[in-house]
Amino acid sequence: MALSAVPVDPVIQIRGLRTRYGATVIHDNLDLDVSQGEIVALVGGSGSGKTTLVRAVIMLLKPAAGSIRLFGQEIVGIGTGAAFRLRRRFGMLFQQGALFGSLTVRENVAVPLREHTRLPARRIAEIADLKIALAGLPADAGNKLPRELSGGMLKRASLARALALDPALLFLDEPTSGLDPVSAGAFDELVAQLNESLGLTVVMVTHDLDSLWHASDRVAFLGEQRVIGYAPMAELVMAEHPLIRAYFEGPRGRAAREQACTAK
Amino acid sequence: MTTSVSVPPADRDVAAVRREQDRYRCEGRWTLAGVEDFDIQWLSSPPRSGELTLDGSGIQAIDTTGALQLLTLLAALERDGRQVRLVGLHEEHRELVELVRERRAAAGEPTPPPSPPGWLERLGRGVWHHLRRSGDFLAFVGEAALALGWLLWHPRRFRWRALFGNIETAGVHALPIVALLAFMMGVVIAYQGGRQLEFYGANIFIVELVSLTMLRELAPLITAIIVAGRTGSSYTAQIGTMQVTEEVDALRTIGIPPMNLLVLPKLLALVVALPLLTLFADALSVFGGMVMAQTMLDVSYGDFLDRFPQVVTLTSFLIGIGKAPVFAAIIALVGCYQGFQVRGGADSVGRQTTVSVVQSIFLVIAADALFSVVLGSVGLWR
Repeated sequence: MALSAVPVDPVIQIRGLRTRYGATVIHDNLDLDVSQGEIVALVGGSGSGKTTLVRAVIMLLKPAAGSIRLFGQEIVGIGTGAAFRLRRRFGMLFQQGALFGSLTVRENVAVPLREHTRLPARRIAEIADLKIALAGLPADAGNKLPRELSGGMLKRASLARALALDPALLFLDEPTSGLDPVSAGAFDELVAQLNESLGLTVVMVTHDLDSLWHASDRVAFLGEQRVIGYAPMAELVMAEHPLIRAYFEGPRGRAAREQACTAK
Repeated sequence: MTTSVSVPPADRDVAAVRREQDRYRCEGRWTLAGVEDFDIQWLSSPPRSGELTLDGSGIQAIDTTGALQLLTLLAALERDGRQVRLVGLHEEHRELVELVRERRAAAGEPTPPPSPPGWLERLGRGVWHHLRRSGDFLAFVGEAALALGWLLWHPRRFRWRALFGNIETAGVHALPIVALLAFMMGVVIAYQGGRQLEFYGANIFIVELVSLTMLRELAPLITAIIVAGRTGSSYTAQIGTMQVTEEVDALRTIGIPPMNLLVLPKLLALVVALPLLTLFADALSVFGGMVMAQTMLDVSYGDFLDRFPQVVTLTSFLIGIGKAPVFAAIIALVGCYQGFQVRGGADSVGRQTTVSVVQSIFLVIAADALFSVVLGSVGLWR
């Protein structure tokens, strides 16, 4: 497949975004672009609005002002039908998994398929089993209820549901938090593999410094209600902004950086 | 000669397979949207033997669902021991198909969902479940009694603030709805009974009819049912949600027995509040009856109130009020017990709340029936 040299629209294009909860302004005049096939990590201190930004992009939160374009389509003030069609093109992994407690893992993964396709039940079950396998879960996990799963399995099951419709864009909210280092590494690797073979665009909120170094193309640093740094990790750690320095210059930040440099 | 089979008829946007002798050529977009209508049943039966070629060079786009479809097609062609070569896939497509093949192999054969149990098994499980739950409930009542006993020795440890908070929400806030419903019950009973009494010219007996029915039976029952729906359900939902969010475990860890903080104040609050609410309902329902007596039967307020103390004995009144603490204990214990039975998530909270209301109303009515039988057998008719 020949890659076209014509510059395509960014998958996500945010201009002048302003969001708030009541009187508290979370973002003000925030700009961000995410290109096709990129893995972008959102970082920033607690309360800097990483999750809020994702919620605004996936149409769970109405911005107070500004413009957000998803796949070239404006979503601020979008109609219900257009929003429904757009929702088919992205998946979201919520921080707590947000699996439906009354359904088995297989049924959870099948929900988006049943809602958005005309596939017969047998093929939906086949596809659901494939996604469960892709997320790295053992085959017998399909019949389990979410409450019977460990934290790591819950994340994987939730990823399987996010991948159900083979989205072009995937949002991950702290995908590796609460996972042991081995599982976290495997999760990063899986995301990288999907990104490479499917051309999947990934936006992830994370605090995991190893993920930032190994699994992201660019890192957007949120602070002061906007994006104060947006660059590959190796460049971002050189940034002069005091918030960014404080974030990466701690002992953990330095350790992860040294490890990443020696690995290269 | 070339037989060309397109499945489904050629369209650039959907997945298709074109057959040329022993060569199967895949075309179009092998994506979720593209393979939606694809069914390998439509393929004409492949030749009996020999080597087949599956050519993937015409595939324009592929995703994991499309890869799954391709692998299913491959497996179907290989079924009768035929040799199938998969050729021509673009590099990125081949990688994806490999990834899907690897992951499926790593996960193993998916286990089919368990078949639903037969009626006999369901019956057996249902009976066993209910027996165990009944035993658990008795154990819970026992635990609550022990905690109450402990509290008598350590009255300083009692959580007065929680008690008064519960009395306010379960009692004071219920006053308007209890007032309205009790008044309406009085009106209805007086209206229905009054028609018959009027027919016999026995208008004044409306006093007996309304007062005794209300004070002895209906006011305690109506109040208990309202409270079960209002307060019992909220107890279950509150404790159930705390169970889901591990707050109950956090209490245990800090060294606060959930029984002391969550159950006893609620139990005692209802035992105090329900008799008071019943008294209030008594007054309002008799007032409802008085209004109807005045407007429909020409029994004035004065006549009604003159006759009232002559026909209503203190026993009748006390029997009515005396049932209330028992009903209160039933509602609070069932509500709290069902809250602790919540396992998992939101749907369990909903289910246990329903069970809580149904069970407490059932037990309240059963207890009321028991009261009637027992009090009747010891001769307390009036």
